[in-house]
Amino acid sequence: MTGLLFYSLLLIFGASLAAPWLHRLFKDRTGWVLSLAPFGAFALLLSQSGAVVSGEEVVYFVNWFSSLGCAFSLRLDGLSMLMALLVTGIGGFIVIYAGGYMHGHPRLGRFYLYLLSFMGAMLGLVLSNNIFVLFVFWELTSITSYLLIGFNHEKAESRWKALQALLVTGLGAMAMLAGFILIGQVAGTYELSELSDLGGLLTASPYYTAIVILVLGGAFTKSAQVPFHFWLPNAMAGPTPVSAYLHSATMVKAGVFLMARLTPAIGGTALWGNTLAIFGAITLVLAVVLGLFQKDVKAVLAYTTLGVLGLLTMLLGIGTEYAIKAMVVFLLGHALYKATLFMVAGSIDHEAGTRDATLLRGLRGLMPITALAGALAAFSMSGLPPFFGFIGKELIYKAGVSLGGIDMVFLVAALAGNILMMGLALTAGVGPFFGKPNHESLPKKPHEAPVSMWIGPISLGLLGLLIGLLPFMATDVLVAPAIAAIQNTNIVELDLALWTIVKPNLPLLLSCITIVCGAVVFIFRHKAWQVADPVLTAIRPWGADAMYGRIFNGTMWMAKTQTRWLQTGRLHDYVFMIVLVTVGFLAWAIVSFGGLQFEVDWSEFNLIMTGLVLVMILASIVAVVAMSYVTVLVALGVVGLGVAMIFVYYGAPDLALTQLLVETLTVVLFMYVILRLPPLKKISRKIVRVRDAVLASTFGFLIMLMVLKAVNIQFNHKISEKLAAMSYPEAKGKNVVNVILVDFRALDTLGEITVVSAAALGIAALVSAGLKERKERRS
Amino acid sequence: MKYFILKRAGHFLFPALLVLSLMVLYRGHNLPGGGFIGGLMAATAFILVGIGGSMDEAKAKLRIDPVMLLGIGLCVAIVSGLPGMFGGGDFLTGVWLPTFKVPVLGAVHLGTPLVFDIGVYLVVIGFTLHTTFNLAELSQPDEQEGAE
Repeated sequence: MTGLLFYSLLLIFGASLAAPWLHRLFKDRTGWVLSLAPFGAFALLLSQSGAVVSGEEVVYFVNWFSSLGCAFSLRLDGLSMLMALLVTGIGGFIVIYAGGYMHGHPRLGRFYLYLLSFMGAMLGLVLSNNIFVLFVFWELTSITSYLLIGFNHEKAESRWKALQALLVTGLGAMAMLAGFILIGQVAGTYELSELSDLGGLLTASPYYTAIVILVLGGAFTKSAQVPFHFWLPNAMAGPTPVSAYLHSATMVKAGVFLMARLTPAIGGTALWGNTLAIFGAITLVLAVVLGLFQKDVKAVLAYTTLGVLGLLTMLLGIGTEYAIKAMVVFLLGHALYKATLFMVAGSIDHEAGTRDATLLRGLRGLMPITALAGALAAFSMSGLPPFFGFIGKELIYKAGVSLGGIDMVFLVAALAGNILMMGLALTAGVGPFFGKPNHESLPKKPHEAPVSMWIGPISLGLLGLLIGLLPFMATDVLVAPAIAAIQNTNIVELDLALWTIVKPNLPLLLSCITIVCGAVVFIFRHKAWQVADPVLTAIRPWGADAMYGRIFNGTMWMAKTQTRWLQTGRLHDYVFMIVLVTVGFLAWAIVSFGGLQFEVDWSEFNLIMTGLVLVMILASIVAVVAMSYVTVLVALGVVGLGVAMIFVYYGAPDLALTQLLVETLTVVLFMYVILRLPPLKKISRKIVRVRDAVLASTFGFLIMLMVLKAVNIQFNHKISEKLAAMSYPEAKGKNVVNVILVDFRALDTLGEITVVSAAALGIAALVSAGLKERKERRS
Repeated sequence: MKYFILKRAGHFLFPALLVLSLMVLYRGHNLPGGGFIGGLMAATAFILVGIGGSMDEAKAKLRIDPVMLLGIGLCVAIVSGLPGMFGGGDFLTGVWLPTFKVPVLGAVHLGTPLVFDIGVYLVVIGFTLHTTFNLAELSQPDEQEGAE
C-alpha cells in the first residue's frame, strides 16, 4: 500500500480539476459531493495510523531528477499524519461550508478549483520527504493562497492584499530555497528522513548560521512571525472559508510545521532556540495586544491566530520535552477551535450582514446551533476544563514553570498571551450571542444558518470537547507520534487525562489566574474599543504594514525610473546598448582566454575567396553610406549571398541553402517594413554618428579577432569527429548536421523551436499594438 | 494585372515548391536538407503567392492559422520524443522502424527523428508565415492611405 500517499494526493487534485464541471452538474449540492475527496483522503491516511503509531513510516518514492539527487518522495510519520489529517478533515468541512457561504456566487466552481488545489498542495507539503518537493508544494500553497485571498478581485483592496501575501511569503520562500540548497550541499542529501539522522553534522557546519537565517526566512514569513506578521490580518480580505482554512488551520501552520520538521536536523542549538523563542514571544504579545483594538470579529480571530503562531514558535524554541508536548497539543486544539470560530464568524456575517462586534449581541435565540458551536470553540480556546484547549494550556504552563532565570520571561509572555487570548476568544465566540438583543440595528434580519454552514463548526466544536474529556483518543493516535517525530524517537508515552493533569500546583494556579483575568478582559472589552481608532491611527505609520508599503512603492519607483532611463523606445538606443555590452563581453573573453595569439597562414592564398571577400567589403561600405533603403537592402543581400558562396566553397551545402533562403526571406519581409519607415536621412547629430561608427568598427574588429582565435584554438577536436563517426551507426543518418539537429541535440532544437514560436507570438503582439494605435489615431 | 508574371509564376511554382520542400524534408537525414530548410522553402511558396496576388490568397491556400501550425509543430516534436521513453530510453531517444523498399523511393527509413523534423518543419512554416502575414497587414493601410 505504498502508493496510498500518492493516491490521496491524486484524489484531492483530481477533485480540484473536476470541481468546475461538477459544479455545473450538482449546482447547490457541489460542496457535499466534493467533500467526499478530502474525507476519502482522510480515511485513506487514517487507515495507516496503526503503522504510524507503532513507529513505522509509510513511504512513497519515485525517481524524479535523479541527476540532481531529487526524488518525488513522500513519507507519513507522526508529524505529517497529524498535519495531513487536519488538512483533509477540516478541509472536508470547509468545502461543505463554502457551498453554503458562497451560495449563488457566479464563480463558485472556480472557487472550489482553487480551494481544492490549495488543499492538495498543503497535503503534499506535509507529506513530502524531499526538501525540494516540499518547496514546490510550499510555493503552490502561496500561489493558491494568492488566488483565494484575491478571489473578490474586482476590489482593488483585495488585489493589493493578495499581492502582499504573495510577495511576503514568496520572498521568504526564496531565502528558504537558498537555505535548502545549503543544507543539501552540507548534508549530501535532500531527503528529510535522512537529514533527521545526521546528528550534529549540520549544526557543526560553518554554514549553519546562514542555513538557520535563510530557512527561518521562509518559515517566519509563512507563519507570519514579527516583523512579517502584517500580511495575515490583511489576508482576511479573502472569503471567510478561506480565512478559516488557510489562515488559521493549515497554511500558516506550514512555517511551524517546517520548523518542527527540521528540528532534528538543525535544531537544538542556542541560536535556533533563542531566535524562535524570542521572535515567537514578541509575535504572541504584539498580536494579542493589537487584537484588543479590533472590532471586526474576523480581525479579532486573525490576531489571535497570529498570537497562536507566535506561541507555537516560542514553544518550539524553548524545545524542552514539555514545550514540544504543549506545542503539538496546542496545534491540534487550535486547528479545531479556530476553524470553528472563523466559520461561526462567517455564518454571523452571512445571516446578520455585519461582523462588527460592537453591534452583534444576543443572537443565541435566532442562531442556536451556531451559538453552541461558537461557545464550544470559544471555551476550548479559553482553556476552560474539560475542553481540549485546557490540556494545551496546562502543558504550556508546565513547560513554563520548569524554566529558570531569564527564560522566565517566556512564561510571562505565555501568561499575558493566554489571558488576552481568552478575552478575545469570548469576544469572537460568545459576545455576539449573549447580552440584550438589538436585531433592529443589524443590516439583515438574522436567522439560523443552513445545515451546510453549521455541520462543520458544530462537529469540530464537539470534537474539541470530546477529546478534552477523553484525551487518549487523540493523544495516542495523533499527538504522541507527532512528538516522537519532532524528537526523532520512535515512541512517546503520554498520559494527558484530565484527572492526571489537574493537581494543586503552580500551573493550575496560573490557569486559574488566566481564566479570571481573561473574563475581566472580556467584560471590559468596550474600553479598548473606545480608544481603538485613535490608538490604531497613531501607531499605523510606524507599523510593519506601512513599512511594506514604503518598500513596495520604493521598488516601483526604482523600476519606473530605471525603465524610463533604459527603455527609451528608440531602436537606435537599444541596438547601441546591446552592441556595447557585447563588445565588453567579447573583449573580456579575448583577454581572459590568453589574449591575442594567432598565426595567419598566408600560403593558403586563394584568388576566388579574395575576390569574393573584396566584393562583400565593398557591399558593406555601400550599405553604410547609401541613402536609399533599396540600395541598403541590395548591398546587404550581396553580403549575405557572399557568405552563402563561402559556405558552398567550403562544402557546407546545408548552411548555404539555409543562408540563401533566410537571405531571400529577409529581403521579402524587409520590403514590407520599408513602407512603414521614415525616409532615410541623417537624423542623428554628427557626434552620435561618430560614436556609432567607432562602436560598430570595434565590434567588427573584435569579431574578426575572435574568428582568428577560434581557428587557432581547437577546444576539443574529437567532438566533431566523434559525432561524424557516430552519425550513421547510431542515428542512421549520413547528414551529420541534420542528425545533430534532430537526434543528438534534439532537446536543444526543441528549445529553439519553442523560442521561435514565442517570438512569432511576440511579433504578432507588437504588430497588432501598432495597428491598434494607428486605428485610434485615425478615428 | 500589375504583377502578371509573378502571379502566374506563383501559381505554377507553388505546388512544385511544396513538393520540393517535402522532398528536402524527407531526404534531410542523409543529404543536405531537413525540417528547417524544407520549412523555409514551403513558406517561400506561400509568400510567392502572397506577393504575386495577395496575402489573402496565400492565407486561403494555407487554410489553417499559422499559429495553429506553431502549436501543432511543437506538439509533433514533443510527441516524437515519447516512443523513446517507452522503450526505456530518455526523452527524444530515436526509434526507427525496420527499413523497407518502395518501388519509386527505394529504401525507406522511418523513425521518430523524422517525426521530430516534421515538427520543426511545421514550426518554421508557422513562424515565417505568421510574421509575414502580420507585417504585410501592417503595411497594408498605408498603401490605401497613399491611394486616397
